[in-house]
Amino acid sequence: MAEVMLPLWFSHEAKELYSNQSIQEAADQDMSPSVRLQEMIRVIRGARTQGEERGVIQRECAAIRAQFRQADNGTRSHNLAKLLYVHMLGYPAHFGQMECVRLIASPRYNEKRVGYLGAMMLLDENQDASLLITNSIKNDLSHSSQYVQSLALCTLACMGSAEMCRDLAPEIDRLLRASNSYIKKKAALCAVHIVRKVPELGELFTPAARALLSEKNHGVLHGAVVLITELCERNIDTLEQFRKVVPELVQIMKGLVMSGYSPEHNVAGISDPFLQVRILRLLRILGRNNDTASDSMNDLLAQVATNTDSSKTAGSAVLYETVLTVMDIKSESGLRVLAVNILGRFLLNNDRNIRYISMTSLQKIVQTDHNAVQRHRGTIVDCLKDQDASVKRRALELSLALVSAVNIRSLMKELLLFLSSCPPELRAHTASGIFNAAERYAPSQRWHIDTILHVLTTAGGDVRDETVPNLIQLITTATDLHCYTVHKLYRALVTDISVQSLVQVACWCIGEYGDLLLTGECEETEPVQVTEDDVLDALETVLQSHMSSPATRGFALTATMKLSTRITHNVDRIRSIVSIYGSCIDVELQQRAVEYNALFKKYDHMRAAVLERMPVIDKSSPGHTNGESAGGTIKEMEPTKLTNELVLPKEPANQVCDLLDLLGGPGEPLHPTPAPSNTVKGPVMSTSGGDLLDLLGGLEVTPAPPCVKVYEKNGVTLKLQTDKQTDTGMNITLTATNSTEADITSLTLQAAVPKSVQLQMKAPSGDVIPAHGLGLVTQTVLLNNPNKVSLKMRVRVCYTSQGTLCQDMVQIDSFPSPTW
Amino acid sequence: MMRFLLLFSRQGKLRLQKWFTPIPEREKKKIVRDMTTMVLARKPRSCNFLHWKDLKIVYKRYASLYFCCGLDAEENELLALEMLHRYVELLDKYFGNVCELDIIFNFEKAYFILDEFLLGGEVQETSKQVVSRAIEASDLLQEAEIDSTDYDLELGWP
Repeated sequence: MAEVMLPLWFSHEAKELYSNQSIQEAADQDMSPSVRLQEMIRVIRGARTQGEERGVIQRECAAIRAQFRQADNGTRSHNLAKLLYVHMLGYPAHFGQMECVRLIASPRYNEKRVGYLGAMMLLDENQDASLLITNSIKNDLSHSSQYVQSLALCTLACMGSAEMCRDLAPEIDRLLRASNSYIKKKAALCAVHIVRKVPELGELFTPAARALLSEKNHGVLHGAVVLITELCERNIDTLEQFRKVVPELVQIMKGLVMSGYSPEHNVAGISDPFLQVRILRLLRILGRNNDTASDSMNDLLAQVATNTDSSKTAGSAVLYETVLTVMDIKSESGLRVLAVNILGRFLLNNDRNIRYISMTSLQKIVQTDHNAVQRHRGTIVDCLKDQDASVKRRALELSLALVSAVNIRSLMKELLLFLSSCPPELRAHTASGIFNAAERYAPSQRWHIDTILHVLTTAGGDVRDETVPNLIQLITTATDLHCYTVHKLYRALVTDISVQSLVQVACWCIGEYGDLLLTGECEETEPVQVTEDDVLDALETVLQSHMSSPATRGFALTATMKLSTRITHNVDRIRSIVSIYGSCIDVELQQRAVEYNALFKKYDHMRAAVLERMPVIDKSSPGHTNGESAGGTIKEMEPTKLTNELVLPKEPANQVCDLLDLLGGPGEPLHPTPAPSNTVKGPVMSTSGGDLLDLLGGLEVTPAPPCVKVYEKNGVTLKLQTDKQTDTGMNITLTATNSTEADITSLTLQAAVPKSVQLQMKAPSGDVIPAHGLGLVTQTVLLNNPNKVSLKMRVRVCYTSQGTLCQDMVQIDSFPSPTW
Repeated sequence: MMRFLLLFSRQGKLRLQKWFTPIPEREKKKIVRDMTTMVLARKPRSCNFLHWKDLKIVYKRYASLYFCCGLDAEENELLALEMLHRYVELLDKYFGNVCELDIIFNFEKAYFILDEFLLGGEVQETSKQVVSRAIEASDLLQEAEIDSTDYDLELGWP
C-alpha cells in the first residue's frame, strides 16, 4: 500500500519513482538486479499482515540461499543487498556471513562494496567469520583504487577486532605517511580505532600523528586532531609530548576563526565548526593542570569566545566547547567570568537545547565558581517555569545549589511556588531540597517552621519519613513560638486531614501545647476561639478517619491522652476515648489505649508527671537525623554529654510508653537536658527525671549543680541551689521533693531577708509534690543586695501531708557557690 | 565518539542502523526498542537531548524520519545536532529532495553516504563537496564495472 510520502525538505509532492506502478513496470521491462531489489522491497512493504510479510521473506530468503550456492552469476551483490534489507527488518541473516567474505574477496568493486557493507552489518569481532576477511582487507589496503582502499579502511575502523588491528597496524601507519588526503584522513580514524582496541599500539602512530598537523586539508587535520586526542588520553607521556604543539593548534584555530568566508567549510557563518570543536577539546586536554599550556591558549580562547557568532547552533557548539575548555584548564579569572557570562547568555536563548546545555554546564561549575553563577540566578529561577521537563529538572538542581544565606528568602518563595506546580516526579526531590536549604539557611525559626509547614501542605505525601521527627524537634526548640505553631497546625488540621505527615505533626503539637490553644491568646497570630471539645473533636476525627494511617492514629491517641493533663473540664471524655480504644482491632492502638487506661486508673497520681511537657530534644542526639549542616556547630557536643544522653526514639510520642515501661522495672532512665542548669526554663518545664536517677542509682549523672539541703522532715526535702551570683545579688532556686507514699499538697514557701536586701519570689512551679520522689516543685528567688551585706535568709515551709498541716522555719546562713 | 546512529519512522520502523562498537544482536534490538520508545514519546517542543545509561542521546526529527544517535558522555551535543543535519544535507544532495522512501528503497546508498561522512564513530570529512564528490566517483566506478561486466557477458566471456 502506498506509504505517505513526506519529503524531508520543502517539496511535498509524491515521488513517482517509488509508486507501485513505476517499480512494477520497471521490473516487467528490465529485471536487472537493482530493480529486482527494489521490487522485493515493494512486495514486502505491500504485505498487509505480519504473517504475509513473514511468508514473503521466507520465500525470498530461500531464493537468496539458492543463489548463494550457485556459481558466480553477477547477481550476488544484489542478493546480499536483499538479505541486508531483510536483516534490517529484524529477520535472521547469519547465512549471509560467508557470502560477505566471498564478495569482499571478489575483484569487482560493486561486489566488494556490498560485501564490506554486509561485513559491517552482519559480522562483528565476536563472529568467527570476521577473521576470514583480514587477508582481503590487507590486500585491499594496498589496492590501486583509493575507493577500494577506502572500503577496507572503513570496515576495519568499524568492526576490526584487536587481533586484526595488531595485524594491520603497520599498514595503517604506512598509509598515514604516504598517501593522498582522501586516504590519510581515513587512515587517521582507523588508527584511532586501533588505539582504542590495542592501546599499546599508540606509540606506533605518534610520530605520524604529529606530522599530520602540518597538513592543510581539513579532513586530514580533523583526523589528526582526533588521533592525537585519543593518544593523549591514553598515555601521560604522549600527552606531555604533545603539549609542545599547543602553539601550532592555537595558530590553526586562529586561522579558522579569523579567516574570511570559506564556502567549502562554512556552516552558518562558522568556518568548519567540527574542526574547531575538536581542536578546542584537544586544547582542553593539553591545558588541564598545566599553567604554561593554559597560558599560551588564553588569548585564543578569549578571541573565540568574543568573536563567535552564536545565533545558530554551529556557533553555539563552538562557544559551548570553548566554555568547557576555559573552565577545565588553568585559565585566568577574567576568562572564567567571560565563560560563565556566555553560559548566562545561553540561558536567555530562545533555543531550548541551548538553555539545557547552559544549565548542565552551570551545574558542573556551581561549586567552584559559585559567585559567578549566582549572578545569573534570576534567569535560572525563571527556567523553573519552562515547559520542558528536562529544563525544569536542571533549573531545580541549579536553584538548590545556589541557595545561600543572602538569597534564602526570595529563592525559597520561588522554590515553594515551583513545588505547587512541578511535575509529580520532581516533587520528592524538590521537597527534600527545600528542607535541606531551610535547615542550613533559615533566617529565623518562625520562617523555618512556616516553610516546612508550607511544604507539608503542598506536597506532604512526597516527603521522606524523617521529616516528621525533624519538624517536631524544630518545634520544641522554638520555645517562644509554641503558641504560634500550635495555632497554625490546629488550623491546618481542621482544614484537611489527608496529608499524613502534616497530621502527625499537628496531633503531636496539639497534644503537647493544646493548653496554649485554649487560652485564646496568641502574640504571633490570630488566636482561635475554641473549646476543649473542639480540640478533642479535631483529634477524634483523625482517630476515626479512614484516611489516617495506623501511625497517624497512634499520634492522635497519644495527643488525646496528653491533653488530659492540659485541659480541665473534659477529662472524662478522654477517659472514655481511651477506654474504647482498649478494644481496638489495631494492636498498636490497643496497647497504647490499655496503657493509658492503666495510667488513669492505677497510676493516676503519676499521670501529671508522665504526661508533662517534653523537654527540648537535642538535635545531635543519636536517633535524630541531621541535615547536612555546614560548619561544625553540631560538633560542640562534648563526649561526656553523649554518654549521658539517651537514644531518643524517632517518634517522641513513644516516650510516654517508655516511661510506663520504666515504672514496671529498671530501665534506661529518661534524662532530659544534659546542659548544666544555667538556664531556668519557664515554670512549665520542670525537670522530672532527677529523682528517678536517684532511685535507680549507679548511673552516671551530669555533674549536678551544687545543691545544699536546707530542710528535711516528714519525707519532705528542700534543697537550695545558686543559679547566678554577682556582687550585688544572686538568683537561687529552691527545690522541694517528697519521698512519702502520698502527695504533699498546698506547699507554700515564704522567705525573709535582711533589711537592705530586696527579695523577689517567682511563682512556684506548683503546690503539689508528687509522692515517691517522682516529681518536684521549684521556686526561683531573686535577691538584690546593693549594699553588699552578708546574705542570710529565713524560709518558712508550709504543706499538707497525709491530711496534716505542717509548718516549719529554716534558717539559711550560707549559700552554695553557683555552678560556674 | 558516536556509538550508534539510528533512523526510524514515526511508527517505530527502523530504516537504518549503524553501530560503531561490537554489540550482540539481542542487545542491539533492545537498544533500538529503547530508543524508539524514548524518542517517540517526546513532546513536540522538547529539547533534543536525553540521557540514557551513560550515553548522551541526541535526536532530531526530519519530516517522517527520526535521526537518533548515541554519544559518549564527553561529546558536544550541539555539534552532534550539526552532524545529524550534515548527514541529512548529504542525503538531500544525493537524492534530490530526499524523502523517507528514498532511504527505504536505496538503503545501501544511505549507508555508503554515511560511510563517507563518518568513520569509526567520528567525522571523517567536514566538507560537503568532498563527500559528495567521493560518492559520485564511487558510483561511477560501480557503474563502469557493471557496464563492462554486461559487456563481458554479451560477448560470452566467462
